[in-house]
Amino acid sequence: MAAPGAAATDLEVVRGKRAALFFAAVAIVLGLPLWWKTTETYRAPLPYSEISGLNALQLRLMVPVTVVFTRESVPSDAQEKLPFTVVHEREIPLKFVTISQSGSFGWTSLISTGMWTYFRNSPPVIFGIQFLYDKMKIKCRFQKAYRRALDHEEEALSLGSMQEAETMLAEPQEQAEGSLTVYVIPEHSSLLPQDMMSYIGPERTAVVRGIMHREAFNIVGRRVIQVAQAMSLTEDVLAAALADHLPEDKWSSDKRRPLKSSLGYEITFSLLNPDPKSHDVHWDIEGAVRRYVQPFLSALSAAGNFSVDSQILYYAVLGVNPRFDPASSSYYLAAHSLPHVINPVESRLGSSAASLYPVLNFLLYVPELAHSPLYIQDKDGAPVATNAFHSPRWGGIMVYNVDPKAYNASKLPVRVEVDMEQVMEVFLAQLRLLFGIAQPQLPVKCLFSGPKSEGLTTWELDRLLWARSVENLATATTTLTSLAQLLGKISNIVIKDDVASEVYRAVAAVQKAAEELASGHLASAFTASQEAVTSSERAFFDPSLLHLLYFPDDQKFAIYIPLFLPMAVPILLSLVKIFLETRKSWKKPEKID
Amino acid sequence: MVASCFLRKCLTALAGLLLLSFGSLAASQIEDQTEQFFRSGHTNNWAVLVCTSRFWFNYRHVANTLSVYRSVKRLGIPDSHIVLMLADDMACNPRNPKPATVFSHKNMELNVYGDDVEVDYRSYEVTVENFLRVLTGRIPPSTPRSKRLLSDDRSNILIYMTGHGGNGFLKFQDSEEITNIELADAFEQMWQKRRYNELLFIIDTCQGASMYERFYSPNIMALASSQVGEDSLSHQPDPAIGVHLMDRYTFYVLEFLEEINPASQTNMNDLFQVCPKSLCVSTPGHRTDLFQRDPKNVLITDFFGSVRKVEITTETIRLQPDLGNMESRYKKEWMDEELMEPLKYAEQLPVAQIIHQEVTGHQMLARW
Repeated sequence: MAAPGAAATDLEVVRGKRAALFFAAVAIVLGLPLWWKTTETYRAPLPYSEISGLNALQLRLMVPVTVVFTRESVPSDAQEKLPFTVVHEREIPLKFVTISQSGSFGWTSLISTGMWTYFRNSPPVIFGIQFLYDKMKIKCRFQKAYRRALDHEEEALSLGSMQEAETMLAEPQEQAEGSLTVYVIPEHSSLLPQDMMSYIGPERTAVVRGIMHREAFNIVGRRVIQVAQAMSLTEDVLAAALADHLPEDKWSSDKRRPLKSSLGYEITFSLLNPDPKSHDVHWDIEGAVRRYVQPFLSALSAAGNFSVDSQILYYAVLGVNPRFDPASSSYYLAAHSLPHVINPVESRLGSSAASLYPVLNFLLYVPELAHSPLYIQDKDGAPVATNAFHSPRWGGIMVYNVDPKAYNASKLPVRVEVDMEQVMEVFLAQLRLLFGIAQPQLPVKCLFSGPKSEGLTTWELDRLLWARSVENLATATTTLTSLAQLLGKISNIVIKDDVASEVYRAVAAVQKAAEELASGHLASAFTASQEAVTSSERAFFDPSLLHLLYFPDDQKFAIYIPLFLPMAVPILLSLVKIFLETRKSWKKPEKID
Repeated sequence: MVASCFLRKCLTALAGLLLLSFGSLAASQIEDQTEQFFRSGHTNNWAVLVCTSRFWFNYRHVANTLSVYRSVKRLGIPDSHIVLMLADDMACNPRNPKPATVFSHKNMELNVYGDDVEVDYRSYEVTVENFLRVLTGRIPPSTPRSKRLLSDDRSNILIYMTGHGGNGFLKFQDSEEITNIELADAFEQMWQKRRYNELLFIIDTCQGASMYERFYSPNIMALASSQVGEDSLSHQPDPAIGVHLMDRYTFYVLEFLEEINPASQTNMNDLFQVCPKSLCVSTPGHRTDLFQRDPKNVLITDFFGSVRKVEITTETIRLQPDLGNMESRYKKEWMDEELMEPLKYAEQLPVAQIIHQEVTGHQMLARW
């Protein structure tokens, strides 16, 4: 009787063991991986190796220069060798320039300044470039293609004056962005004034004197390089572009703080009239924008989209009380009070509502009758000629004094017609400074024709595009690198597929931009660099990256224990029991033995 | 004897004069040096002010935030650069006996609500997610500009948080929390993308010091109203309003800030001394190890105010005067004169047709 019962319980026990083992197997083999897979954060694959490769990217900026030799500019045996190509390459010492211009102290900077002045005219460069944690190096390559002059060029360059020569030369071809053409004229040609060795024109052309010498090509080549550097890439252009990425130098001059590269800009012209009772101010802003600003902005249009608007604000006062200067019986604003002028006015400008692009504000302030005339004084106490000041990355303010003769006959309010040309001269100059288009550093004995009527020469635009391309590439690289670092540091960030595709696109665009820069195609390099920046920013700032699911370890336990413990305890206990029984059954035969 | 005495006097006078001139030269050089070295490298200022508690009895948290907002605006930061997050509306709360006001001092001495408060995130929009989105910049594209923190790598940001907190967390809206690790990670994300130059973090909650323990990004300075294990206490109740108006720490900070003007040279060490234990009952703490500059060289206005760098414009460009100027001017004057006739509105309603039957008799009446 007991045997079948025992057999039944045996069977049950065996079944129980098998069931427990089965549960445990399912839990461990199926459950654990399933739980692991469903609770991991989704990360689409990203090209980490390529991103770290971007750090070590060697940027080569190529400037294609065409050097055209006229007859008699170099000895005829030298002319036999034309056409050929010479490449001049140098590494740009970015870190150096910032030291010299900031006037910081210390022995290393003194030595570096000394060494630079000594080595001024020779290419060897002492300093490499270090950039934060990026080892981006920049090499500048001038590819000079020497050739003989064509007939119409010979004719043009034998004309009497520079302007005529230029108009004749400009007709046939349109220069690609970033490229330059340098014409070499005979040593004693009268096209240039006697003491001038070279000339830089408003389009992408320059003229250099040749020389009748054995080493003609070397000498002329050096002159060409000097001129080409002034027109395209110099250290300060690139240093200004990369100022935000270089490690030290927070106390370098803020003059070199141009606007950050962006897809578009919004320019706002505001007329501030604090005293409408006395001044009835009219300004023909639409006409002025059409005549002066639009040509300038269309010359700059390669650098971004611009939109212009204007407004008139009444009863808007500056935040600072001007002081009275009895000597000139006028009012003045001292230089140290200027920083406090902007803040009270800014809240009324309404610039924040306009668009997501950076906004540049240009304010024209007509002082009140009680404070007229108002002059701005510089640090030495002398009145400023332009009566204007600007703030980097914000805009500019100009004070417009009403002509005192207007008060004579008429009663208040006096009608004031603003002279828009004078105003726009200042505003456009400020706009140039805010964009970082500084006056070029000309080589010695060089004649500069001055900008065209728009206020911008084409090679200044090229310099801006070079600077912007390099800046965009640096920004895109740091964004991608910091995204990769973040993903390593914070494990809960989700990367969706579209974010991953943006990252791939950004990496491809950076590589394409670097290639285009190395082959000298500035326009396509600039568009590729802009695309790189937009894609990388879109990937980094995608709203889906926000990790909200941070669980510190004790909270993780607090969540998982009530879920898993009730299930795990019986399984574990039964496993332990099975193990102990199996061990006992192994030992039993020994004992009997 | 006399001669030697005289000579000695002369020599000492000469030496004194030389020393003085040398000293002044050195001093001016040193001044230039110090000015250059210790100047902060920022070009703009931002402020993110967060009040995380709702309900009427947490009036003091809203008053705290509004008083910091008021100081920051007074010292020059414009509304476009302030992100103000208030979790509840106290000024228009039905329980407020003085509507449209939020007082910070009893007997209604100081109304911090003022006339031009611009609240960017209000009531239920103040959540941990929105706060982190503002900090890290991961905002949906449809967000208006006033709700974004558009700082760059040259911005100094002031972040002020107040509410109820505990050891390692801050309570938002009575329903969720932000932990100190999340906050530290958010700051790290800001640093990676270079969204700030320097950051000042002030927190006025119970056990506030726990919130800055986990920071690991550079250039952050943090102040808290109490240490771990201590409670921050409120300042004074107002019997007319019926609630506590301010917290002690922020009350004394506000008093300190009221004496600062945009040109003042007060530095951070003075801010660290605000509200000692005798006044505050809790021990305020601060953390400066992540900050690169020495706190005594950091001006209060570096974070609370907004001083711009300006340059005099010394150059102009030559523009060609437009010869078509004269004609357009004449045209404009003529157009102006044309417009001198009185303007009137267009007919709004075809009243005559509506009151069709009375057109003939009452036409004048209809066409007023």
